[in-house]
Amino acid sequence: MNKWDIFKDLLKNKNAILGMAIVCFIILIAMLGSMIAPYDPFLPFPLDRLQPPSFAHWFGTDSLGRDILTRVIYGSRISLMIGLVSVTISLVPGTILGLLAGYFGKTIDAVIMRIMDVVLAFPAILMAIFIAAILGPSLINTMIAVGIIYIPHYARIVRSSVLQLKEQLFVKSVRHMGGSHFRIIFNHILPNALAPIIVYATLGMGTAVLQAAALGFLGLGAQPPQPEWGAMLSEGRQYLQLAPHVAAFPGLAILFLVLGFNVFGDGVRDVLDPSLRI
Amino acid sequence: MNVSLILRRLLQLILIVAGVSVVVFFMLRMIPGDPAQLLLGELASPDELASLRDQLGLNRPLPVQYWIFVKNMLMGDFGNSVRTGTPVIQEIIPRFIATIELSAVGMLIATVFGILAGVLSAVYKNSIIDYTAMLSALVGVSIPVFWLGLMLIYLFAVHFHLLPMMGRMDLALDIKPITGFVLVDSLIHMDFSAFRDGLSHLIMPAFTLSTIPMAIIARITRSSMLEVLNQDYIRTARAKGMEERVVIFRHALGNAFLPIVTVLGINMGLLLGGAVLTETIFSWPGLGRFVVDSLMGRDYNAVQACILIFAVLMAFINLTVDLIYAFLDPRIRVNED
Repeated sequence: MNKWDIFKDLLKNKNAILGMAIVCFIILIAMLGSMIAPYDPFLPFPLDRLQPPSFAHWFGTDSLGRDILTRVIYGSRISLMIGLVSVTISLVPGTILGLLAGYFGKTIDAVIMRIMDVVLAFPAILMAIFIAAILGPSLINTMIAVGIIYIPHYARIVRSSVLQLKEQLFVKSVRHMGGSHFRIIFNHILPNALAPIIVYATLGMGTAVLQAAALGFLGLGAQPPQPEWGAMLSEGRQYLQLAPHVAAFPGLAILFLVLGFNVFGDGVRDVLDPSLRI
Repeated sequence: MNVSLILRRLLQLILIVAGVSVVVFFMLRMIPGDPAQLLLGELASPDELASLRDQLGLNRPLPVQYWIFVKNMLMGDFGNSVRTGTPVIQEIIPRFIATIELSAVGMLIATVFGILAGVLSAVYKNSIIDYTAMLSALVGVSIPVFWLGLMLIYLFAVHFHLLPMMGRMDLALDIKPITGFVLVDSLIHMDFSAFRDGLSHLIMPAFTLSTIPMAIIARITRSSMLEVLNQDYIRTARAKGMEERVVIFRHALGNAFLPIVTVLGINMGLLLGGAVLTETIFSWPGLGRFVVDSLMGRDYNAVQACILIFAVLMAFINLTVDLIYAFLDPRIRVNED
C-alpha cells in the first residue's frame, strides 16, 4: 500500500476523520492562541477572582482572576508539545532497541528485553513520578519522564515485528547478497515494521498527554504560572466547593484532546494494521 | 498444569524483582535532597546531620548500602521509616490491605459492567445500545481519572451530599480490625452501619479506579464476542433451539473468555498504577498515596519496600494470567516469546 492509498483509506474511515477533526481543531486553536484568546494568560486580576462562567469570561476565572478560557487556549500548545515530544522520546530509542533485540537475538535480545521487563514491572505513573522527582519538576522533565516510561512498549512491538520479518525471503536474500546488518535493519526491516509503530505512536499521544497531566496534577510537572492543564486542574482542586469550574474546564480540555488522539489512533489502526483491533 | 512453565515464570519473576530492587535503590539515591536534612530541618547543625546520616547508614558506600538492604530484605526486614521511625512493614501492611480492598472492588465493577456492556454491544451490533456502550468506552479510556474523581466529589459529596468526600471510614465508627478489610470486618462483627459507611466511602474511588479497565474490558469483550458469534457452533446451538441467553452466556461468552482473561491481568497492573492517583484524590489511606508521600519525603526504606511489593504483585498477576490462559486453552503451551 503506498502513501496515497493510505491517505485515501484514512479519509474513508469515520474514526480517522473524526479524530483528525478534533486534533486539527486543537492544533488550530494552539496556533491562533494569541489572536483568539480574549485576555492575557498570566496577568492577574484579583478583583475578578473565582468568577463563574459568564459572557465576559466564558469558562470563568481562577483564584488570581485570570481568564480560564485564555489559559486553556494557551495550555493546548503545551499539551500538544508534550504529546509530540514524549512520544518521540519513547519511539526513537524504543524502536532502535526493539530492532537490535529482534534482529541479533541471543544475548543482546535477552539483555535488552530483561531490562525492558524491569521497567515494565513498575506501574507507569509510579515510574514517571520517580523520574520526575529525580530530574526536578519542570515541563521538559515531564516530557522526558513520560517518554522514558513508554520505551519498553515500543521495544516490544518492534521486536515482535522484526522476529517475523527477519525470516522473510526478501530479508534472507539481502543477507545472502552480502548486505550489511545496518542496511538490512534500516532499509529493509524497519520500513516493513512501521505500521504497528505508527498505530501505537498515534494512540500513545493521548496516553502521554494523560500521564503528563497527572504529573502536573501531582505538582511534578510544569510549574506555575504556566497554563498547563494538569497543573490548572490541581489548583482548581483547592476551590472545588467554591468554584468547581476552575477544575472542570481544564479537565474537559484534556478529555477532548485525548479523545481526539484515541479516535484518530483507532482509525489509523483500522487502516494500517487491522489485526491489532480490539 | 505445566510445571516447567511455572518454574520458568518463577525464575523470571525472581530476576525481575532483583532488577527492580537495583533500579529502585540507585534511582532513589539520585533524587536531590538529603533525608537527614529533611528530617532535622534547615536549622540542624552539621554535627547533628552527620550523626543522623551515620545512624541511617547513609555515609557508607552505595554498594555496601545495597548489600545491607538486600540482606535485610531477604529476612523480611525493610528497615524503619525515616519519617516515623516505625518498621516500614508495619506502615505498609494496613495500607496494602486498603489498596487491595479498593482495587478488588474496582476490578469487580470493571469486570461486571465491562463484560455486560461488551456482550450487549456485540449482541445488538450497530444499534443505539452498541453506539452508546462503545462511545462510553472511548470516553472511559480518554478521561483523566483525577479529574473524574474531582467531578464525582463535587457532584455526589459537595452538591448532593449523597456520599462522603474522602477517607475510608467515618472516624466516629470504630470496628476492631480482624482482616483489615473494612467491609469484611464489619460483616464479621455484624455491624451493618459500619458496613454501609465503608461501602459509601468505597463507591466513588472504586468507580473512578474502574473506568479505564471497564472501558478496555468492554471493547475487548465486544470484539471477542463478535468473532465467536459468527462461528458455526453458535449457529448450530441456535438451530437446536437453545435459549438465546444460554447461547450467548454459556456458548459464546465461554469461548470469548480467553482474550478477556489476558486483558483482566493487564488491567490489574493499570489498577495498581491508577491507585496512586485515585488514593491521592480521595485521601484513601492506601499504598499508592503512601508511596508518593514517601517519595516526596525521601523516605528511602518506605519507597523501596512499596515499589518492590508493587513489582512482585504485578509479576505474580502476570504469572497467574499465563497459568489461567494455559488452563483455559489446552492448545497453549509454553510460548517463550
